Amino acid sequence: MMTFNIPYIAVIGLILVGLIAVVFKRNLIKIVIGITLIESGVNLFLITLGYRENSIAPIYTSSPGGLMSLPVPQALTLTSIVIGVAVLALMISFIVHIYRHYNTLDASKIRGDEE
Amino acid sequence: MSGMSKIVKTISSIAFPFVMIYGLYIIAHGHLTPGGGFQGGAIVASGAAMILVSYGSVWTMGKVKEKKLSILESTGAIVFIGTAILGLLFAGVFFNNFLFDSNLIFNIVPVKGSTVGILNSAGTLPIMNFAVGLKVVAGLFAIVLVMAYATTKMGGGKK
Amino acid sequence: MSKRNFAAVIFFTIVAVFLFFTALMMHPFGIFDEDNQPEMDDHIIDNSQTETGANNAVTGVVFDYRGFDTLGEATVLFTAVAGVILVFRRLKK
Repeated sequence: MMTFNIPYIAVIGLILVGLIAVVFKRNLIKIVIGITLIESGVNLFLITLGYRENSIAPIYTSSPGGLMSLPVPQALTLTSIVIGVAVLALMISFIVHIYRHYNTLDASKIRGDEE
Repeated sequence: MSGMSKIVKTISSIAFPFVMIYGLYIIAHGHLTPGGGFQGGAIVASGAAMILVSYGSVWTMGKVKEKKLSILESTGAIVFIGTAILGLLFAGVFFNNFLFDSNLIFNIVPVKGSTVGILNSAGTLPIMNFAVGLKVVAGLFAIVLVMAYATTKMGGGKK
Repeated sequence: MSKRNFAAVIFFTIVAVFLFFTALMMHPFGIFDEDNQPEMDDHIIDNSQTETGANNAVTGVVFDYRGFDTLGEATVLFTAVAGVILVFRRLKK
């Protein structure tokens, strides 16, 4: 019943490790690293949806003929990677600004939990 | 941050022109081989980040101010949107490929099937590749430069 | 353990079970059946040299068939750079 969908298992592994880092850690930089891991898992999922068996890259310059893989998921993944970089830059600059104001990087102290 | 030793400065300033030429090749051949505007822009920006790390951020900020980088990035955005609006003026649809079969600059139609690529083809696509490449280089280098320069003036936190 | 940790563990197990069952029910890697053939991508692969003139089908999709997404992405990049420079500004006295 379970044919070996190994790329889907890799996607689940990446998303679960990133989710552990976001939910269970208290340092702000570790939370940001977890968010980046979740984004990498989603990008990998997008490009594994566009593969046909025994196919080559969809480029016509000196290509050996044959079946070609789908070009639309590759274009969507390109946009998603650039948006991930932009969100990461903004998150890190906010962390630097928060550190200047509160002088700590612990999320529960910034939130104000009584321990 | 301060710069590194003299050996590191010499070798990185020898390697930087090769990295820049390779990135420019990937931007310019975007419609023939794998690559394009975003990928080539990331390559050139990482070469510029190598110069920033090896010479120190104080020296680099003295040579390149942020105003020039923001003017470069806005030029890339204006060329991109201007090409799209020219498609609206000439042929009636936004983003139309109006140079595709006309008598102006990039107008050779390739033969169907596996060919050797011709650089003079594909309409407005090379112009858009250059505009997006310029925008990505200026944007990524400005982010790295501003973050590296701001850590030289940071002293404890203000309460 | 506190209430916050307990809710975090419940949420995490629900998401993990859901993802695992989804991976078992996806279609096998690389094989398309009879009733979900990619017709739009077949049209793009066959006609991208005579409609856009580019040998690279991915660049033809990014800048010609779906150029509006590239416009949105350029706007996001511009907004991110503006936000980062704004946070690290020095006020001149």
